[in-house]
Amino acid sequence: MAHKAAESVVRMRIMCRNTVGFLLVLCGVFAMAAGQASAAGNTIKVGIIAEMTGTFADHGKEMMNGIKTYMMQHGDSVAGKKIELIVKDTGGPNPDVAKRLAQELIVKDKVDILAGFGLTPNALAVAPIATEAKKPVIILNAATSIITTKSPYIARVSFTLAQVTAPMAEWAYKHGIRKVYTVVGDYGPGHDSEAAFKKAFTKLGGQVVGDLRVPMKNVEFGPYMQRVKDAKPEAVFVFVTSGELGIGIMKAYNERGMKQAGIKLITTGDVFDDAVMDALGDTPLGVISTHHYSADHKSPENAKFVADYKKVDSKLRPNFKAVHAYDGMAAIYAVAKQLKGDVSNGDKVMQALKGLKLNSPRGPIQIDPETRDIVQNVYVREAKKVGGKVYNVEFDTFNAVKDPGK
Amino acid sequence: MLNFLGILFDGLAFGMLLFVISVGLSITLGLMGFNNLAHGVFAMAGGYLLVDLMAKAGIGFLPALPVVFFTIALASLALERTLYRPLYKSTPLDQVLLTVGIIFIATAGADYQWGPAQQPVLVPESLTGQFSLAGLDMSRYSLFLMAVGIVITVALLFGLVRTRFGAKIRAAVDNQRTAEAMGIRVDRVFQLTFALGSGLAGLGGALGVKVIGLDPQFAVKYLVYFLLVVVVGGPGSVFGTLLAALLLGVADITGKYYVPQSGAFIIYAAMIILLLMFPQGLLGRRKAR
Amino acid sequence: MNDSHPAVAASPEAPATTENIMGTIRCENVLTGTSHLAFLQSRDRWKPAEMIFWASLVSVFFVFPTNLVFASQILITGLFALSLDLILGYAGIVTLGHAAFFGLGAYTAGLLAKYGWHEPLTGLIAAGLVAGIVGYLTSFFLLRGSDLTRLMITLGICLLLYEVANSATAFTGGVDGLGVEMDKLFNLFTFDLYGKTSYLYVLGVTFLLFAVTRSMMHSPYGLALRSFRDNPTRALAIGIPVNAALTNIYTYAAVIAGIAGALLTQSTQFVSLDVLSFQRSADLLIMLIIGGTATMYGGFVGAAVFLLAQDRLANINPQYWHFWLGVLLIVMTLYLRGGILGGLGRLTDLIARWRNKERT
Repeated sequence: MAHKAAESVVRMRIMCRNTVGFLLVLCGVFAMAAGQASAAGNTIKVGIIAEMTGTFADHGKEMMNGIKTYMMQHGDSVAGKKIELIVKDTGGPNPDVAKRLAQELIVKDKVDILAGFGLTPNALAVAPIATEAKKPVIILNAATSIITTKSPYIARVSFTLAQVTAPMAEWAYKHGIRKVYTVVGDYGPGHDSEAAFKKAFTKLGGQVVGDLRVPMKNVEFGPYMQRVKDAKPEAVFVFVTSGELGIGIMKAYNERGMKQAGIKLITTGDVFDDAVMDALGDTPLGVISTHHYSADHKSPENAKFVADYKKVDSKLRPNFKAVHAYDGMAAIYAVAKQLKGDVSNGDKVMQALKGLKLNSPRGPIQIDPETRDIVQNVYVREAKKVGGKVYNVEFDTFNAVKDPGK
Repeated sequence: MLNFLGILFDGLAFGMLLFVISVGLSITLGLMGFNNLAHGVFAMAGGYLLVDLMAKAGIGFLPALPVVFFTIALASLALERTLYRPLYKSTPLDQVLLTVGIIFIATAGADYQWGPAQQPVLVPESLTGQFSLAGLDMSRYSLFLMAVGIVITVALLFGLVRTRFGAKIRAAVDNQRTAEAMGIRVDRVFQLTFALGSGLAGLGGALGVKVIGLDPQFAVKYLVYFLLVVVVGGPGSVFGTLLAALLLGVADITGKYYVPQSGAFIIYAAMIILLLMFPQGLLGRRKAR
Repeated sequence: MNDSHPAVAASPEAPATTENIMGTIRCENVLTGTSHLAFLQSRDRWKPAEMIFWASLVSVFFVFPTNLVFASQILITGLFALSLDLILGYAGIVTLGHAAFFGLGAYTAGLLAKYGWHEPLTGLIAAGLVAGIVGYLTSFFLLRGSDLTRLMITLGICLLLYEVANSATAFTGGVDGLGVEMDKLFNLFTFDLYGKTSYLYVLGVTFLLFAVTRSMMHSPYGLALRSFRDNPTRALAIGIPVNAALTNIYTYAAVIAGIAGALLTQSTQFVSLDVLSFQRSADLLIMLIIGGTATMYGGFVGAAVFLLAQDRLANINPQYWHFWLGVLLIVMTLYLRGGILGGLGRLTDLIARWRNKERT
């Protein structure tokens, strides 16, 4: 009988050990999960879902700076309500995370409005939630045309690629360029851009002699540029996401001596994002691009914006993403005023957003009542030295451009 | 044909850069079997140090390079003492966890200190642009990379084959226990090799700012490339690492030029095939422990 | 010493080595006179702690009704980590490319739904099948080479699949991802905003797969696997068909990973390229090590701790939370070897030993 007793002691100990261990872990897990408190009250809650870490961390940083600039100028309350921001990080293109965060912001934090979204996949993943929960989503950057068609609760204050690309094609043709090679990032906005350029350029009678789609995770653009160079076009049109890819393209363009070979570089403003202009040094001088915002835009609104932005972040130059976020906040404030502070009804908010006009640092903008997409001026710019630093100086304007991608 | 030569040249230059960064990892892995995934952190640190030296201290590009090498080597010694050493006898899994932790900290730290954007670097005029040789356009910087790579390779091979310290390293790689029994202090050898390898990684990171860029994600983004070079080459083999790095560099650049739509597909496929053919790496040896 | 005591070896927490498994069997024989079979049976019995574990997962549904989406993602990741544990913890194959199977499953379920097959359960089965087939075919690559070689081969396969999914934009949506719609579960329950249906669905599937896996690992087959991990030469010598066992477990783990991937697709109704990313494989490995390998529950615990820590830290400091996560990992490796369950195991052992001393 002794061994039976011994066995049961052993078993008791196993049980005890397992149970204590598990209970400890479970308590910890529950405590962590429960450590969430949400304060309700006389506030307007805005959930910001953005890329705060990872390769696209600059998206999040510029957006947050833009938001802070607006709130510094206009205070943190509107129509008697305090604006409460809840910021969440997707860590990059992580649609499942973005979707979960949106879901949590709505059901747990009970936000009134969602905003943010630097990247298309994150925005697309959230569309069904916006529809189901009837909560407005304001896109502060993601630029694929289809996004606003995916839910009636999505409005965009940023831009679409087709919108800024088509003017480039027109301008190039007007200035004697007939043969163009296109190089775009291999993802939604890139495909949009390629299609928009081809359509606008060939309609005028130009010829696209070759097209390249480059992977978004890239090390070196040299070989791609060499390929373009060997095809001997008159110009190369480039769209890639701003930041590291843009810098890579510019490096390769110079390194391969394409300017000397007589191949012009024409791009959307993403490659010459204001935030990376300093990193590019003098290399972009003389390059023509089209975009909807340059930190050099001449208007009193922009002068004030740039000056106040410097107070928020002295290291960075404000770029188009910062302006989008700034205008996104402006739109939220305008809607809140119009609805006397009650933004809990998503349908009413959307109604107020449709047709909304704002005087943005980038010029006049409007949210198209039909597509909920943005209508804005697109400027043609040339990279020039202004006060010792290189800026994109605007010299021509296409007025009130709608998204041609729809 | 000229085209092809130009592309080949670029590939070799890129390969040299990979070699300079990865060779330290290869030696430490071969010597101690330590799975140091954070090797790229030293390269990243080298890059940032170069940028700061040039922008803040006003030191020129070329004189800054040796400063980077020695500073990173010294800094790595401190890290080796405090974090790496306790884990030498530990399981590979613990080593992976530790070094991933280091990567996380370095990523966040770099983001905090320098911001998430790409870093600018201005190399001297004499190293930019292209020059023509018999109708062949070559980039000056690529030529410079090749030169640096060749100098380092020769120095390493000479050091390994001809010096007493090199003999100790080879002995320790071949058979650690016997080496120890012969009176070689393997931990001391390892410490110095680790510093040397990290210093080289720092130098590679500094050289690479112009070619492959520099941002807080550097250590993660290129981790796969470094591992690939080391494993395909065979851990512990300098010459194998060189061969693998050049192969990878050429495959990458020619792939992009001739089949641009394939992305990185070619490299990964090549790696799998090579590893199936040479499970111990191109020039790796089965280790006696 | 305590190390050869059955209490240590028989509990799922201790990272058992061949020596103490063998030791245990011998010891148990001496102690009780029962057969090996009885030993296996006693291991196979569900312990109270395990019942509490699963019951508490059910209680999450009632206690945290607004956290269900997150809870489902933790469970899915836990299931995925269990699958990695099978090949890493039990069979000893180090892989950095396990997301390959997760991604295959996710895309299988997603593509089925995209082309008109919206029923969830059959989608799961299809996903498991596809991942299993690929797992079986690639398992032959793992029979040769060092740990490092295997690590790179698995990683290479995963990266290759990533590139394929990335370039097949017409099917997969490429970087933009693939939004899908699912039918009601059993034609009754919609996948709702609060994630109620998906939580119960995920919990059910996870438990089922766990139970099957558990009894498998507690069978002689599970022991054979461990013996291979600990000493391949000796395992071959005592007649264990090592290659076949490896191929089998790798295939089975791939099936589980595929189903986990499909669960993610169905519960989020979205597939994106990152299901195949290196990041996902690497995070998974970290979670499993944090939780503790070869423990059945280590993956779940690790996934919960890692994801919750990540979420908490990211809320406190959205921009620099990686720093604190890194500190956490380093502290863990220096002071908590064997993961959380391993550490807890040692702690409770200490307490038990101390109590015994008190008593005597």
